[in-house]
Amino acid sequence: MRKFLLSTAAVGLIAAPAVAEVSDGVVKIGILNDQSGVYADFGGKYSYEAAKMAVEDFGGKVLDASIEVVTADHQNKPDIASNIARQWYDTEKVDAIMELTTSSVGLAVQALSQEKKKITINTGAATTELTGPQCTPYGFHWAYDTHALAVGTGGALVKAGGDSWFFLTADYAFGYSLEEQTGNFVKSQGGTVVGAVRHPLATTDYSSFLLQAQSSGAKVIGLANAGMDTQNAIKQAAEFGITAGGQRLAALLFTLAEVHGIGLDAAQGLTLTESFYWNRTPESREFGERFKERTGVMPNMVHAGTYSAVTQYLKAIQEAGTDETGAVAAKLHEMPVNDVFAQNGKVGPNGRLIKDVYLMEVKAPGDVKEDWDYYNVLATIPGDEAFLNPAESGCPLVK
Amino acid sequence: MAAKSEPIATEQVAAHPRAGQVRLVLLVIALAALLAAPLFLYPIFLMKLLAFALFASAFNLLLGYTGLLSFGHAAFFGGAAYFTAHAVKVWGWSPEAGILLGVLGAAALGLVMGAIAIRRQGIYFAMITLALSQMFFFFCLQAPFTHGEDGIQSVPRGHLFGVIDLNQPLNMYYFVLAVFVIGLLIIWRFVNSPFGMILKSIRENESRAISLGYSVQHYKLGAFVMSAALAGLAGGVKALIFQFATLTDVTWQMSGEVILMTLLGGIGTLFGPIVGSGLVVTLQNVLATSDFPVTIITGLVFMVCVLLFRRGIVGEFCATKLGKMLGFRTEN
Repeated sequence: MRKFLLSTAAVGLIAAPAVAEVSDGVVKIGILNDQSGVYADFGGKYSYEAAKMAVEDFGGKVLDASIEVVTADHQNKPDIASNIARQWYDTEKVDAIMELTTSSVGLAVQALSQEKKKITINTGAATTELTGPQCTPYGFHWAYDTHALAVGTGGALVKAGGDSWFFLTADYAFGYSLEEQTGNFVKSQGGTVVGAVRHPLATTDYSSFLLQAQSSGAKVIGLANAGMDTQNAIKQAAEFGITAGGQRLAALLFTLAEVHGIGLDAAQGLTLTESFYWNRTPESREFGERFKERTGVMPNMVHAGTYSAVTQYLKAIQEAGTDETGAVAAKLHEMPVNDVFAQNGKVGPNGRLIKDVYLMEVKAPGDVKEDWDYYNVLATIPGDEAFLNPAESGCPLVK
Repeated sequence: MAAKSEPIATEQVAAHPRAGQVRLVLLVIALAALLAAPLFLYPIFLMKLLAFALFASAFNLLLGYTGLLSFGHAAFFGGAAYFTAHAVKVWGWSPEAGILLGVLGAAALGLVMGAIAIRRQGIYFAMITLALSQMFFFFCLQAPFTHGEDGIQSVPRGHLFGVIDLNQPLNMYYFVLAVFVIGLLIIWRFVNSPFGMILKSIRENESRAISLGYSVQHYKLGAFVMSAALAGLAGGVKALIFQFATLTDVTWQMSGEVILMTLLGGIGTLFGPIVGSGLVVTLQNVLATSDFPVTIITGLVFMVCVLLFRRGIVGEFCATKLGKMLGFRTEN
């Protein structure tokens, strides 16, 4: 009898950790981003669709608890983002917030989430601060960052023959840091930077800057700017016939959504770096087709990254057997990432997903075989080269 | 730009003899509601409402009572947020000292901008304030201490006077409420002082005020600096509420938003800007989680306001028979 009791107790002890523990019986994921402003195509509602798609592909349930996705438009205002994030955590029992386009929003919500002990997985913002000096134990940065873009476009393009550079830089901190980081990789690969010109934020007329860039004789013109600035510069460069004249145009932050937006006539010949392209492998094709069926557009790295982030978060809950933040964060740090977005991806102690990124060239309109077939993949940059080594990131959590 | 509208009051309704008492009761009810609000509504949202209400009231001091349309008030609001955030985070100042620095910084900015802008009137005044505030925006964009578009993040709220822990949401709320009430009292006192009367006379007829011997420029500058300082008070408090200061608050869109808030609520009424800012902030918050595009809806609300009730929500109420019986006055 005693033996029986002991053995049942032992069975009970072993079985206990397997009992699924999901707080309030539902796992809730918030997608918080810009849905009405300049980044509405970059991420926007499409990221919300990507998250819902990930939940459906996962089976709609984790540890027998249902999964819900909620979304909000932060209108590019950190105060609105912070307000919504707090309300989600405090009154609506949201367990994790993802996407978080724009740096100021990303940093604000990541800091808030550390205070509230909740997980954030950022797929929309570019700043390396998220996994650098301002890193947190529960904050993850998934799709890309300025470092990867600089290495991809700066380093890899030199190997492909673009060894002299001229920069067109937006005149503020973001522009400088892109120019500096990219310039360093150009030089480290044996290239030269022949000059740079600064333009004010939100310029509409780039003719004088483009003429300087054209007459510099550099093989590559690097666009160290973002959003509308990049789009305007590319359109005007096409009018000046810069790429037709043999110079390459390299955009440092540009995705499939923006290429689609300005059209191939203006964008052809442009080089850029993304961490995802739908037409690269059979799996990514299949994912892209399904995504397009739902949304009408092919996914860029932000959308695919959000899909991956949601999937990995749910896998981590499954592995941990609970949705408790500390346990899930630990699993997220240790589990490899293998899905349509990342192959053999790993997460550094600073929260940075380290995966391959790709140097792309935008096709000429005549070379396009099907809708959205916009890129030639020029090079694959291994994750360890593309992203900062966590030990050098400046993140205080890495010892 | 003098916000003059046609005198609409055709029938004279005398204020009820007990109107003063009724107004006092209403005021007490409003205060009690504000005191009890955090029990029912989300504190951080309420704090945001109060901060924007104070900002809009400060703006109204200039537009409603002096007739000057500034298109650059975001510089004072956002600028003060940066000053406060930097002082508290980097220099380790106490919250009250940080806010004081924000107010002084905004007042100094207001002195410089005002001294240049009040030399012109109407649309030229508005354009000069816009240009100067854009200069300040580009300064904030590039100055190292603001950290560009990353913003100053994780600003500690600290302890008020070294004792009250502002990290407690309720403590913070009552602190913000106190600041808000003090700010409104200052505005009320200012408007009802001889100084305020002279400002109104300048708004109604500037040449006549000059001919009466008033140094109009000094009065205008005084009002401008006062308005800037109060906008700075709101900005400094906001930096502590949200624990960050970012570029959003110094953009020209923010200058536009405060105009929208004041117009919606009612120019030249003490409570108009409060109602207007409450409406705009609530809309932004509610629409964020809905399928409606925020910018389009706020635009539509503005159009409806301009077409149907040009005196703003509170302005229209004051013009009704009930409003007049209660003795509410609009200033135009």
